[in-house]
Amino acid sequence: MQYKLRTPVTREDLAPLRAGDTVLLSGTVYTARDAAHQRMMELLDAKKPLPFPVEGSAVYYVGPTPERPGEVIGSAGPTTSGRMDAYSPRLLDLGQRVMIGKGARNQAVKDAVVRNGAVYLAALGGAGALAARSVKALKIICWEDLGCEAVRELEVENFPLTVILDAHGGDLYESGPADYLAHT
Amino acid sequence: MRTIPAAALTETVARLCVRANTQLPPDVSAALSAARRSEPWPLAQETLGLLEDNLEAAAAQNLPICQDTGMACVFVELGQEAYIDGAFEEAIHEGVRKGYGEGFLRKSIVADPLRRGNTGDNTPAAITVHLVPGDRCTVTVAPKGFGSENMSRLAMLKPADGVEGVKRFVVETLRQAGSNPCPPTVLGIGIGGSFDKVAYLAKKALLRPLDQPHADSFYADLERELLEEINALGIGPQGFGGRTTCLGLAIETAPTHVAGLPVAVNVSCHVTRRATEVL
Repeated sequence: MQYKLRTPVTREDLAPLRAGDTVLLSGTVYTARDAAHQRMMELLDAKKPLPFPVEGSAVYYVGPTPERPGEVIGSAGPTTSGRMDAYSPRLLDLGQRVMIGKGARNQAVKDAVVRNGAVYLAALGGAGALAARSVKALKIICWEDLGCEAVRELEVENFPLTVILDAHGGDLYESGPADYLAHT
Repeated sequence: MRTIPAAALTETVARLCVRANTQLPPDVSAALSAARRSEPWPLAQETLGLLEDNLEAAAAQNLPICQDTGMACVFVELGQEAYIDGAFEEAIHEGVRKGYGEGFLRKSIVADPLRRGNTGDNTPAAITVHLVPGDRCTVTVAPKGFGSENMSRLAMLKPADGVEGVKRFVVETLRQAGSNPCPPTVLGIGIGGSFDKVAYLAKKALLRPLDQPHADSFYADLERELLEEINALGIGPQGFGGRTTCLGLAIETAPTHVAGLPVAVNVSCHVTRRATEVL
């Protein structure tokens, strides 16, 4: 199935999604990688607000290449999500609903996805030029000193993504290869 | 003695950084296209098609193929009768600085592994130099992304583990890597040498075009068998399931110690980049 979603999203919006479905995502998406996640944890520890409204939010693990003059964004494919495993459950428990990246997540993240009715979506790893086409606006909102790892607010339109982890415990990285092997 | 100005080396490196990041080597794009045609699983075939679309999008929009424009691995074969007039390593770093700046490539290098801090210009380059006969200077820039680099592994096997032990280690490396290295992957495999040498062999193996099997038929057969075993894992493009987990692999070997059998797997992805010029 293909679903069209617009951020911010609710638990109810995400409930029909199953691992292997595709999503065309529109709306605001925030970028954050390792260093930005580390700083967000420090803010939370200090009981300070996060740089963006977390409820219903979508976070894309990406560090784009610099945009050429007159262009919105450079190449913008996903980075390996597993490096964010240490941070994601805390953000999901605070209301983040969508994670976008590529690669396997640990059990703690899978549990947090189910507990919070969230989803983990994959963008195509290594297809940064294609992903750039879905980004209509970009603004750095904090931690510019982190360069490619600064937190950016992106406006995306029909960003094509694949559901990896759904709110019901489905995991495409397990079921996809298993389905293929069962048919060969 | 033939003199090569350091500035020419800088210009060459800068050009190669941009070219490598925007144009896939013909053997890699041919392997991707061949994999799409032979992939039996519909979702996997569709995914491979999208990866080909990405190459077109990069060319059409003048964008890097992948946003991880990598650590600039620079390999130089310097003729013994060539003289670089100027600071050799600095000329290469300057080329990386220029290429990554003017080419709008991502700066992904931190100055210290633990204290971090982005250097802001993608320097320093990772430089490997070999002295060769002649008066030429052959420069290859092979930008290496770390999504795949992080999935690389090295083992000091026992001689008794033999060829089966090597195969088990390589296949297990890919099984563990799963969806992380952006499959379909490309693999460089080093066998033999010492602890440091085997890692270098694996990296060097990534420079060999995918349509060139090992010259020794024993290793060419091993390359083919490993590819078949890896493509029976079912991981498939992006880890969504399918046959095409690996596009191709190359083995490089070196003499080793009577007590050892080092093996290293340098994992790369469908955006395996390299560009070469001769000065």
